Amino acid sequence: MLELRSITAGYTRDAPVVRGVSLTVAAGESVGLLGPSGCGKSTLARVAALLHRPDSGTLLLDGAPVRHWRHRAPRDQRTAFGVVFQQARLSADPRLPLSDLIAEPLRATGRGEDAPDRVAELAPAVGLTPDLLTRRPHEVSDGQLQRACLARALVLRPRMLVCDEMTAMLDASTAAALVAAVEDYRAATGAALLAVGHDRTLLERWCDRVVHWDGLS
Amino acid sequence: MDHLPPVLSVRGLSVRFLMPGGRRVAAVTGARFDVAAGECLALIGESGCGKSVLASALLGLLPGNAQTAGSALLGDLDLLAADERTLARTVRGRLVGLVPQSPAAHLTPVRTVRSQLEETVAALTATRSRAALRTAAEAAAARAAFPADHLDRHPHELSGGLAQRAATALALVGDAPLLLADEPTTGLDRDLVDRTVDELRRHVDEPSTAHPGGRALLMITHDLAAAARIADRIAVMYAGRIVELADATAFFGDPGPRHPYGRGLLQALPDRAFTPIPGMPPELGDLPDGCAFAARCDRVTDACATQPPPGTVACHHPHVPEDVRA
Ligand SMILES: Nc1ncnc2c1ncn2[C@@H]1O[C@H](COP(=O)(O)OP(=O)(O)O)[C@@H](O)[C@H]1O
Ligand code: SF4
Ligand SMILES: [Mg+2]
Repeated sequence: MLELRSITAGYTRDAPVVRGVSLTVAAGESVGLLGPSGCGKSTLARVAALLHRPDSGTLLLDGAPVRHWRHRAPRDQRTAFGVVFQQARLSADPRLPLSDLIAEPLRATGRGEDAPDRVAELAPAVGLTPDLLTRRPHEVSDGQLQRACLARALVLRPRMLVCDEMTAMLDASTAAALVAAVEDYRAATGAALLAVGHDRTLLERWCDRVVHWDGLS
Repeated sequence: MDHLPPVLSVRGLSVRFLMPGGRRVAAVTGARFDVAAGECLALIGESGCGKSVLASALLGLLPGNAQTAGSALLGDLDLLAADERTLARTVRGRLVGLVPQSPAAHLTPVRTVRSQLEETVAALTATRSRAALRTAAEAAAARAAFPADHLDRHPHELSGGLAQRAATALALVGDAPLLLADEPTTGLDRDLVDRTVDELRRHVDEPSTAHPGGRALLMITHDLAAAARIADRIAVMYAGRIVELADATAFFGDPGPRHPYGRGLLQALPDRAFTPIPGMPPELGDLPDGCAFAARCDRVTDACATQPPPGTVACHHPHVPEDVRA
């Protein structure tokens, strides 16, 4: 469903952090992308999720080339992706109670009326109890906040999940719980997964297939 | 190690935060453990279970709304009873070397590593002349395997691993008998985790003139692989209590953890069952009267509605009962 061909990307023109990288994720497949920190794998994950425009290369989504990134991407392409990052605190608006945080993408796409039902459905799926939903990010632990960020990534029913070091800051039990929640969602919907990380044991246990960063370009 | 008196001896340590509206958060309750010279004790548990609060209590760094009880003896000094002047002058850096959670935050951004090391040497030792300060700073860097040709760099010019070593070098300057490391490997790659904890272990083992038996290390972590790699003993914390104290080899190997929570944590690892413990930890401001793990425990019985007696395993129905082990 997703094909990256010779992607070069970075933050300044003359020093790309991703050089000529190719990677394919088939429909329903889970792929682990393994590499050391700072190698550029997060940048590639952002390109794949239409969050970062590459300098060159081609991205095919269901066979059709992607021409626009970020807010300029067509809505049906943008909403095909759900993304979870390592640092929940950096990706969560500190003013929003968790229920609003989870519903944010619904409101942003004009489907705010679905929020109560979707939040009620997703909270137990990611292991959040009702009392936590009224709290703001500073009133919950890192693990609880990451559960909310995963629910937010699932709220638009994406066909593909991109998890960038989703569990790197978490204890073993919370990490296993979040991975189980992702896998439950995939089992129910057939969504594909790109899981980016540096923990080989974790990615090999989690994904159908693990590719190493060094082998991609 | 039994013949040596412990470097740190903690008894009945409790910390309560008094919140607006009269609510009390029981962040640490009745902690009891020792750490000996040449020994690494790893304190493990989920985020928010009280590990960092315990560390702050030992350093006298708790905020104003905290109340403590119990004792934490370092030699003759009770860290919990010491006044701020004693803590600042003789404890932090001199008796307890702190390896911080986030080295970037601990290093001063506008100054080079060399100037920070020299300043710390001047503050913590009798060294005064410029040349002697320079030599001592270089020696401190070398002890932490921080490369001499990077000493004139600023913190933002260092990789994560080198920043961690710079912070460790600062922690070692005072040659303190106790090292305290709070999540020293969070967010690091596995290779770097291994190197960082191996270096900490080296500082535990390495005899110095002041500490011929080596240093004591209390390492706080949620990274079970890091704990398995270097710890001699494991303390498992749950909802503010130390629920199990165990030999590291027995804990990670055979017969394994005795407390159901420790067992659940290990079973969650991706190279074991990869199954999470159901549910979430209770709120520390709203703990049940009985065992705080009861709502998540597969061995719970009516007996668990009362607090398990304190001991090496705080559980009414531990795995591997005492008689089988004897
Ligand atoms: N200044 C404070 N006031 C009130 N509660 C606090 C304060 N600092 C920490 N806590 C609470 O104490 C508990 C333990 O926190 P902490 O020791 O940081 O956990 P850990 O280090 O195990 O992740 C948490 O519930 C946290 O919210
Ligand atoms: S005391 Fe009871 S509920 Fe608590 S851990 Fe032991 S068996 Fe489980
Ligand atoms: Mg902590």
